[in-house]
Amino acid sequence: MSVTLTQAAANHVQKYIAKRGKGIGIRLGVKTTGCSGLAYKLEYADDSLPEDMVFESYGTKVMIDPKSFAVLDGTELDFQREGLNEGFKFNNPREKARCGCGESFTV
Amino acid sequence: MAFLQISEPGESPEPHTRRLAVGIDLGTTNSIVATIRNAVPECLPDSQGHTMLPSAVQYAEGGDVIVGEEALKHRGDDALNTITSVKRFMGRSVADLRGDTEARYNFTTPNGDGKGSLKIVTRHGAMSPIEVSADILKTLKARAEESLGGELYGAVITVPAYFDDAQRQATKDAAKLAGLNVLRLLNEPTAAAVAYGLDQHAEGTFLIYDLGGGTFDVSILRLSRGVFEVLATMGDTNLGGDDFDAALAKHAFDTWALTRALSPAGQANLLAASRAAKEALTNADVATIRVDWGCGFDSKVDVTREKFVELTQPFVDRTMSAVKRTLRDAKLKADEINGVVLVGGATRTPSVRAALEAHFGKPPLATMNPDEVVALGAAIQADQLAGNKSGEGESHLLLDVIPLSLGLETMGGLVEKIIPRNSTIPVAKAQEFTTFKDGQTAMALHVVQGERELVSDCRSLARFELRGIPPMVAGSARIRVTFQVDADGLLSVSATETTSNVRAEVTVKPSYGLGDGEIASMLQSAFASANTDMQARALAEARVDASALVTALSNALVVDRALLTDTEHAALNSQIAHLKSLAEGSDHRAIVRASEALNQASTEFAGRRMDRAVREALTGRDIEKIV
Repeated sequence: MSVTLTQAAANHVQKYIAKRGKGIGIRLGVKTTGCSGLAYKLEYADDSLPEDMVFESYGTKVMIDPKSFAVLDGTELDFQREGLNEGFKFNNPREKARCGCGESFTV
Repeated sequence: MAFLQISEPGESPEPHTRRLAVGIDLGTTNSIVATIRNAVPECLPDSQGHTMLPSAVQYAEGGDVIVGEEALKHRGDDALNTITSVKRFMGRSVADLRGDTEARYNFTTPNGDGKGSLKIVTRHGAMSPIEVSADILKTLKARAEESLGGELYGAVITVPAYFDDAQRQATKDAAKLAGLNVLRLLNEPTAAAVAYGLDQHAEGTFLIYDLGGGTFDVSILRLSRGVFEVLATMGDTNLGGDDFDAALAKHAFDTWALTRALSPAGQANLLAASRAAKEALTNADVATIRVDWGCGFDSKVDVTREKFVELTQPFVDRTMSAVKRTLRDAKLKADEINGVVLVGGATRTPSVRAALEAHFGKPPLATMNPDEVVALGAAIQADQLAGNKSGEGESHLLLDVIPLSLGLETMGGLVEKIIPRNSTIPVAKAQEFTTFKDGQTAMALHVVQGERELVSDCRSLARFELRGIPPMVAGSARIRVTFQVDADGLLSVSATETTSNVRAEVTVKPSYGLGDGEIASMLQSAFASANTDMQARALAEARVDASALVTALSNALVVDRALLTDTEHAALNSQIAHLKSLAEGSDHRAIVRASEALNQASTEFAGRRMDRAVREALTGRDIEKIV
């Protein structure tokens, strides 16, 4: 039971933390909003909270609050490129449907 | 699908609310687009990984508009149709160019009479600098939209602090023409300060020294508690790294003792070779200017760093005297400047850094890439203006100043300054004037910009008239004239006769910018060609469909001739001939209509063919085998 980053995602997280100048890792989460009910949160983490679940992939720490973990368990965060466009993508096995834009989803 | 970006803690956007905003440094030599990605400002590269787009546009044969590196390659062999350093011509008239040796294009004016805005003659017609700049901006817009995966909400575009109203308006017009929503025009040094201020949380008084390809700016900014205030700014819109190249080129030309003037192509080759030598001299002590003239003939000359310093000293001296004047304007001494920020590729020149270090007693700050720092600052500002930065949006209110005094012509051709130079904007100021003749019912107002006392020495921005003043004794009318400069540095002037409330106003649309009508007609011509393009496409599609139908039906007529009476056969054949002749024309609707009619007319024939095929397939076969 875990949440992982692909090598590409981990590299890019490290690169951007270096550019930003601070951060111990990233924080993944889920909030209830959006046209399909839930939306992913992807943020820099400057510290970890006592209740956090902490994972590590390729040397990059991932913090998740337990409530979000119920929805995110098994998720792999990937980094992809399509032409000039690039960014992060959640591969979540629990995701049933997402809205066309990919910004929100249901489980 | 849209990709996700990393946000600052607690600032994950609601789905569908993030607005794509960019900062654009529309430079003389190079242009750059930057944005905030993963909460970090960064420049967006093209597919080759280059962030800098050479500000070069080639109007190529066959109607293509080529922008960037590819266009630059044709500066030699297609010099008159390959426009570089177009920023120098923004908001300029032909008269402004007198004595500008850099002006190596064929210029014209809208009516060919030397009056009004300048245009450059190319094989695509006479292009205004605004249109050329719009082509550069369109390329950056396309790159940004591809990189960010969506339509741009808006852009912050930077301009030299010294740009006058005409030049600012021209820049805004170019952006509008490129389909960009201008969130704001931002002075380049202010953008650099935004980039440095946010990255390093610096407080204090800074001098921004910006030596780009074609423009020089020096500005003094005070940063405190996240607020940037421009204390003074000064510059020269005709001084930059291009002049260093030209000085090297002249040196080579003189050394080789060439007797004939160079062709545009030869001149461009020599400038490119000089530029390469200049860049090499940043790190090397000697560099070679080498030009291949073709036909196995070439020239070369070695230039030492000492020689380069000697050749470029006059330009460096000019920048340093502007630095000293700006310090005086701001009433500061050199040791009160906490740091000198370098902007622009030419600040890599060691003698520039040495001159600044000597004057300020400390080395200039250069932790950021001087080519990118302006675009990065503009991106930060754009992100805030687009409303992506929740909570702290108001904390980076930028205070800019107007570069030149604004005033009115008074009797005797004198200038009455209404808003003095270096006033912070937005600003509004009013002053009262009166009539000078008994029974005077109208007043001509002439808005000028500049520091000189005589109207003839200042730049004329606009003229308008206040009519309908009630006849009164000279000196008793009270005419209140209000000057208002908005956050983009654009001016509007209104005049009101206060006893009768007669009012007139003008938004300064400088004579060198484009009128709203011109912009509209340009946009319309873009729409019109879009319409032509669509028509062409519809025609091609109609022809393809018609030809497929004709071929299929003609074949069937041969194979199944027996299914038709002679009358039916003749009727179908004549309709086929009709459709064929229409397909050679260009009326796509007629082709579509004839295709549909032929389809209808042949439905019966198709039905008979179907019946026959089915009959043939079934004849003599066992029912069980078929099922």
